[in-house]
Amino acid sequence: MIENLSVSYGAVPALENIALATSCGNRVALIGPNGAGKSTLLKAIAGLVPRRSGTIQWRGTAVNKWSREFAYLPQREEVDWSFPITVRGLVEMGRYPHLGLWKRYRAADDQAVDRALETLAIADLHDRQICELSGGQQQRAFLARALSQEAHVLLFDEPFTGLDHNASESLAALLSDLSEEGRLIISSHHDLDSAPALFNQTLLLNRSQLSFGPTTEVLTPDSIQQAFAV
Amino acid sequence: MLAPFQDPFFQRALLAGLLIGFTNGFFSGFVVLRRTALSVSALSHTMLPGIALGILVTGALTQANAFIGALAAALFVGLGSVVVSRSSRVAQGTALAILYTSAFALGVALLPLLETGNRELEHWLFGDIRLVSSADLWLAFGIGCLILLLSNIFFRPLLLTLFESDVAAAQGVPVRAMNYLLFGLLILALVTSLQAVGCVLSVGLLVAPAATISLLTNRTPLLFWGGGILGALGSVSALLLAYWTNVSAGPAIVIVLGALFLFAFLLSPKYGFLTKLRQSSSNS
Repeated sequence: MIENLSVSYGAVPALENIALATSCGNRVALIGPNGAGKSTLLKAIAGLVPRRSGTIQWRGTAVNKWSREFAYLPQREEVDWSFPITVRGLVEMGRYPHLGLWKRYRAADDQAVDRALETLAIADLHDRQICELSGGQQQRAFLARALSQEAHVLLFDEPFTGLDHNASESLAALLSDLSEEGRLIISSHHDLDSAPALFNQTLLLNRSQLSFGPTTEVLTPDSIQQAFAV
Repeated sequence: MLAPFQDPFFQRALLAGLLIGFTNGFFSGFVVLRRTALSVSALSHTMLPGIALGILVTGALTQANAFIGALAAALFVGLGSVVVSRSSRVAQGTALAILYTSAFALGVALLPLLETGNRELEHWLFGDIRLVSSADLWLAFGIGCLILLLSNIFFRPLLLTLFESDVAAAQGVPVRAMNYLLFGLLILALVTSLQAVGCVLSVGLLVAPAATISLLTNRTPLLFWGGGILGALGSVSALLLAYWTNVSAGPAIVIVLGALFLFAFLLSPKYGFLTKLRQSSSNS
């Protein structure tokens, strides 16, 4: 549940008065024109940018800065793909929040990493560098990191951008599986046509919240016109 | 053949090469991951005026004076470039280039004026590992232990900071403190390498080992340990080569490490230039 969330960069308000209540098992699309604040909202929920006001509640308690039950999956162009790390190394990073500074990496952590790699069908790629993966595989590697973190809320920034048809289909199936397992998926999305099939709820925004509800009710011709009007 | 091993000066040089090569090679993992080889080059050149000023102010040259002078100069140039770029239209890389070359020039101009004379200038520019004292060895050992200890304790937060600093910050990693830690350890590593290869060539010792390993393996931890081993073995074999061929030790170390890098670049089974050439010719 998000109440009255606002974000600003310096004195410039980036996002104002977002309020939505949703629950596990939903797939929420964030839809709006470029610069509407979709990425900012995702980062604010993930705790990557400071929130100016407002609260985020998860399972009845306030999330002040960051929760390890939230995982943020960055836009592809924001990742430094040339960083020399293997798929397994990336997925192991999902265990860091559990380990803190002092705890040793144990067999249980290894098993969590193995499970995540297998769930996403990238176990055979574990020794590859992240720069050697295809777009769909890169997406899966970051998803595997979120799973090894045991995150329940998955925050995606334009996950379908740059994926070919097959990779998009398989990502759509994955998102649907993950939400059926009880995870909450919140994702920015730019393709209005595919949104109803992929997401059951939609938040329409342009700097501030325009409407929130079931995707088919939110994405009416009028509301789209209002959100994207220049 | 065995003569060098019986020479006490050479024995100390070998030990110093082992220690300094390992420490710098280990730390080169961070330099490679951070993609900041050029700033390291700037910092290493900056240390020269720092050392000169250290001698000028205290009147004597010890490793401690050298460290404090080098740290002060590095901070001055590093922070100076940030201040200039933030308060003008000059980019930080441009500001850094101007500040560090000016600082280096100041060092070159100042050092001959000191009582230590011209021979010493060459010593600081290109190092002379055959002149290490026992105190230098202990200092190199101490710095090596400190770098190994701190980078292993903070390995996970450091890695996350280098890969995705915003995610690291959100997870509660003190990103700024991690960056300061890396900066401090880098200066320490540079101070040890001064003795071996001097401030002009120290970048080679602080970049080449892990860069070579990165062509041979995908495993991040191996960049550090493999870099350390390669740095140590490379330095020791370079010292022997230098002894037999009468080449200066500092340049020999950097030449050997550079040659190893070239070998890996050409012949790496997975990422080598020749492998890529063969793959592209069999594809077409």
